[in-house]
Amino acid sequence: MNGTAVWIAVGLTAVGCYLLKLGGLLVPAHTLERPLVRRLAALLPVALLAALTAQQTFSADGALVVDARGAGLAAAALALLLRAPFLVVVASAVVVTAAVRALGG
Amino acid sequence: MDTAADPHGGPPPRDAAKPDRAVVRDSLGVGVAVGLSGFAFGVTSVGAGLDLLQTCALSLLVFTGASQFALVGALAAGGNPFTAAAGAFFLGTRNAFYGLRLSQLLALPRAVRPFGAHWVIDETAAVALAQPTRRAARIGFTVTGLTLYVLWNLTTLIGALGAEAIGDTDAWGLDAAGPAVFLALLAPMLRSTTERAVAALAVVLGLGSLPVLPAGVPVLVAALAAPAVLWLSGRGEARR
Repeated sequence: MNGTAVWIAVGLTAVGCYLLKLGGLLVPAHTLERPLVRRLAALLPVALLAALTAQQTFSADGALVVDARGAGLAAAALALLLRAPFLVVVASAVVVTAAVRALGG
Repeated sequence: MDTAADPHGGPPPRDAAKPDRAVVRDSLGVGVAVGLSGFAFGVTSVGAGLDLLQTCALSLLVFTGASQFALVGALAAGGNPFTAAAGAFFLGTRNAFYGLRLSQLLALPRAVRPFGAHWVIDETAAVALAQPTRRAARIGFTVTGLTLYVLWNLTTLIGALGAEAIGDTDAWGLDAAGPAVFLALLAPMLRSTTERAVAALAVVLGLGSLPVLPAGVPVLVAALAAPAVLWLSGRGEARR
């Protein structure tokens, strides 16, 4: 991999991502008083987190895949239903995924 | 804490208050659990062909996990630096919307915002938004941000250094940590039918467009679930 190209990508991403974070904080407060913007700002994270969860569980190299990660996510969901602490939720996903892979799943 | 800036005035009602210790405990829980997953990023990044310095620079300067994973994934897949950075940027757009909500909730002084901005990510937003009072939200944001930043960078370094030693990280199930973290952050947000409809539609859009669109774009398509459900529910109410 070309080192300079990677540094360009790292630099662009760092600047772009920081400006996005700062931009959100600096938007004038009256923009938020519109109910539609409020509702949208509350619902967008829901949409993005749901999509990220599904994609990181069921995709590999741009294709849909069902593998051990699905079992890990199911374990995490179960842990959440049982009101387990955050660390336990993540650990159960990792352990179950590793176990299913070890068993050849 | 600058309580004088609180527009509600005075301390919150006793029953709405949450002990500071409970807020700190919750924040540390999120910070430690997610912070440790920097290990997986370090391993993935070096595995994708980036060097140690580039890997650590990403965690120090970008500090938004999904964008970092997207960038190294795109570079490993042979994407050019501009499209790879664009994908990471689009994944980071959600942080602007977290900031939109946090600016009102935290009411940070203008001078602090450029510094606080770097910590506006999924986890700090989720912890701060879940708190009942502004004081608790500020404590939650600060403790989660600090813990996560320190641990994420430390474990990125360790992961990058140990990438060759550990061998196949997937065998350890570490690739399941990311989605489990996202699910744990999402679960408390699914309060009403509207939120659940948005989440369901986002999953369908995100997975449906995944095989046909370039990396990073399906998540943005899935984001359209929010305005779509909002528009549909608005129509439903108008008809009644």
